[in-house]
Amino acid sequence: MKMKRRLSLILGLLMMLSQVCALAEDGFSTSYTYTYDYWEDVQESPDAYRVATVIDSMTLGLENLDGKRISKPQSLYARGNLLYICDTGNNRIIEAERNGTRFSVRRVISEMTGAAVNDFSDPYDVFADPEGNLYVADYGHQRVTMMDSQLNWIRDYTKPTDATFDQKLNFLPKKLTVDVAGRVYALCQNVNKGLVKYEADGTFSGFIGANTVSISMGEYIWKRYFQTKEQRAQSESFVPTEYENIYIDQEGFIYATNTVFSEYDLKSDSAKPIRRLNSLGNDILIKNDRFPPIGDLQWQEGSDSYGPSKFTDITVMDNDIYVALDRTRGRLFGYDSQGVLLWAFGTRGNVEGAFTGPISVEHMGYDLLVLDQLENSVTLFQPTEYGQAIYDASETYLKGEYDESAELWRSVLKMNANFPLAFRGIGRAILRQDRFEEAMDYFRLAHDRENYGRAFKLYRKIWVEKNIGWVILILAAALIIPLGIGRIRRMKGEVITHERSKVH
Amino acid sequence: MNAARSIETRKADRLARRQRYLESLKYAFHVITHPFDGFWDLVHEHRGTVAAAHTFLILFLLTRVIKLMCTSFQFITAPVQYINVFEEMGSLLLPFLILCVANWAMTTLFDGKGRFRDIYMAMCYALVPYTLIQLPMTLISNGLSYEEGSLYSVMLSISLIWCVFLVFVGLMQVHDYSPGKTFIFLIVTVVGAAVIIFLMLTFFSLLSDAASYFISLYRETFFRLN
Repeated sequence: MKMKRRLSLILGLLMMLSQVCALAEDGFSTSYTYTYDYWEDVQESPDAYRVATVIDSMTLGLENLDGKRISKPQSLYARGNLLYICDTGNNRIIEAERNGTRFSVRRVISEMTGAAVNDFSDPYDVFADPEGNLYVADYGHQRVTMMDSQLNWIRDYTKPTDATFDQKLNFLPKKLTVDVAGRVYALCQNVNKGLVKYEADGTFSGFIGANTVSISMGEYIWKRYFQTKEQRAQSESFVPTEYENIYIDQEGFIYATNTVFSEYDLKSDSAKPIRRLNSLGNDILIKNDRFPPIGDLQWQEGSDSYGPSKFTDITVMDNDIYVALDRTRGRLFGYDSQGVLLWAFGTRGNVEGAFTGPISVEHMGYDLLVLDQLENSVTLFQPTEYGQAIYDASETYLKGEYDESAELWRSVLKMNANFPLAFRGIGRAILRQDRFEEAMDYFRLAHDRENYGRAFKLYRKIWVEKNIGWVILILAAALIIPLGIGRIRRMKGEVITHERSKVH
Repeated sequence: MNAARSIETRKADRLARRQRYLESLKYAFHVITHPFDGFWDLVHEHRGTVAAAHTFLILFLLTRVIKLMCTSFQFITAPVQYINVFEEMGSLLLPFLILCVANWAMTTLFDGKGRFRDIYMAMCYALVPYTLIQLPMTLISNGLSYEEGSLYSVMLSISLIWCVFLVFVGLMQVHDYSPGKTFIFLIVTVVGAAVIIFLMLTFFSLLSDAASYFISLYRETFFRLN
């Protein structure tokens, strides 16, 4: 008996195992990709992305080229099918060309021509504009330098001589981005006034997007009235923090990530780890979900990678979906333009699809590239059928093809029934087809109260119109029956008094 | 003959008691609309009954549960899959009773006129508006859309404010206190409740420590003997 039970258990386990294997042929556990549900619980989801290839010095053939392996790379930039890797440790930029999933070195840029100083020292970031001009954040030489596609020097963006820039500080550009008009935005170390902005001709034109300093009333009173001078000098001063990384989207808004904040400010949305800055430097990121885009909502107590997600880089796709890279747990978080989490995946480790020192993320179309500064490698992720279905569905909805988007959302649901956005997408589409009751069901599953209310209002209108006869009948009955009873009672009373009066 | 009469009187007694119970139930409407007068008569003129008070308390607990289960999904964010009905009721009943006990314990020391029975009755009668408003609102919420939610939330706040006001007036009349003194004793009651909870926790943890001591002693002994 016992034997039999054990045997059946093993058989059952085997069957389950074979199913799991069938689902995850590339060796990922099913928990690799996940989302958060309405109750902030982790919901496993099918993989939205899978590793297509890992690019390192070997696959690029750098050893045959000059024998120097990539060392401490700090940044990636992708434009078209060209990928730029900032090989900071070797003071050079590697320009690689993509062919399918294969990358080959096109140029190794270690110097330009025509400048006073032609080589680079600790280049931290690189940017290529549509004309092929290159911008390099030349950290060691305290400049941002610009060159054309033939590597002829054009101009340097150096330390502003303006009084607003503290002249005691060194000019240490770490990240940079350039807008359509050729304005350069540099993120500099030790500068907390925001991004340093230059006009296209190289003149400094101010700072934008400074972090605001927030101080609570209690803190202020404590600091101002109760601390001694010595204490005040020792305690940290209230200065705005620097950003961690920047990215300019196709509309010209700058996405900035911030990693210095208090943990308890995250869910109340006062930490704002991801911001979208307009030209005035105000945060205009849309947050329409239950929780703001902050990465992980909960983390395992006692694990070595404890704490909130810290986004070291961000990239924005053409469909306004942005992907942030978390260095705490080596994860990628994809959010749509409304701030709804689409998927999260990744982990720390040495296997494919895991990172030890993730530092930069870029995108080529829907493909994602993640740079690891400790492994000195770039991982190329390609969307799975599931990931692609999500993109297609949200894009067709934005284009206004609601019926088609509903069909696509249905195909997403087939792969992942725990995806609230899909329910909402279908609900919105069938609401437009005047199927209110069904739409209500979908919105309920999506926990979308506002849209549910909208559908319910229309449903209620039709319900009342259909049942108006009954409603009036019941209301009339509620009014007439008590009146009638009162009248009968009164009549009875009259009869009785009349009878009595007869007796006397 | 005597036996028959006693049956008669018992029947009459039961009838009178039922009459009184129904009267005291109906009296709640007077209490919640005329609290100063109502609470005074409730206790001092014996217009209220403990049975009615029990009824109101049970209705209050049921209302709470029905509210969680049946309110339109647009207005409530309770995680339905995690709700335990008895836990939910207990988490209301226990604080309620502790507050009653704490209030009694504090006010008897400072010449409050109310007995425990009176305090309990006043508190239970004060819960009536909660049932009276929230139960229909639960039904009505199913006919409201998200935008009309303000109506729902306003009614909920009205019911809560009404209840708090009734508790205040009720305790004032039961103990024959001035408003200021009642207010102070409301705060003192909360502190007292905290002390009671602390003592209970200490007591239970000590009890479990003692129990585990004897259990291990027993085990050790038998282990040695064998």
